Amino acid sequence: MTTTRSLVIEKEMPHPLEKVWRALTQGALIKEWLMDNDFQPVVGHKFTFRSTPVANWNGVIDCEVLAVEPNQKLSYSWGSLGLGSVVVWTLVATEGGTLVRMEQSGFRPDQEAAYKGANYGWRKFIGGLERVVAGLP
Amino acid sequence: MMRTAPDVLFKSLADPTRRALFERLSRDGEQTVRMLTNNSGVSQPAVSKHLGVLKHAGLVRARHRGRQTHYTAQPRALAPLVDWMSYYSRFWHDRFDHLENLLKRMDQ
Repeated sequence: MTTTRSLVIEKEMPHPLEKVWRALTQGALIKEWLMDNDFQPVVGHKFTFRSTPVANWNGVIDCEVLAVEPNQKLSYSWGSLGLGSVVVWTLVATEGGTLVRMEQSGFRPDQEAAYKGANYGWRKFIGGLERVVAGLP
Repeated sequence: MMRTAPDVLFKSLADPTRRALFERLSRDGEQTVRMLTNNSGVSQPAVSKHLGVLKHAGLVRARHRGRQTHYTAQPRALAPLVDWMSYYSRFWHDRFDHLENLLKRMDQ
């Protein structure tokens, strides 16, 4: 089983920082490579990503912008099917272009589930889950 | 996007009491409702109700013996959850490729 608590993907792309930033933060461009959306690069803005609905999933991902640091860092919450996580994009200029880093972390119950009082944390559970799954034949 | 019907599974595990019950059954093996109620800080009817939800999600199996019901964890039922997480690894790798394609097109 791959690590579940944090997923990191990093890639150097031969394009300038400002251009990558535009692709990450302009709704029409985001739609081209990720999903249809009503994103705005404004902290606190609530938006959705929408993909094709399938059985038992309406295709909607509920998000809120958490951080916008132009050409450096973009972060939003990412919630679907009762599980929430946080996506953080970090851009670093390199000689050949831009190092693009995406981290999705903190898989946890979203607010709807969390208000009940998460004294028994999902994070802890995921740790237990890894052990349980590792023991499966 | 999703392979099976994970929403029932996710909803059942979104509750901390149910996660605690499931983990306890995974760790300690088969137990009765009474054993699970002891030290749980939750009433027996509440524990029974939670176990019903876990059973509906396929996470526990009930075995009736006399007047007691014994519960065991069914960790294989977690598979959709594991899939959901590894799903994102594939998902983002694909999207990185799409992003690069878009960046190339933006040059033209």
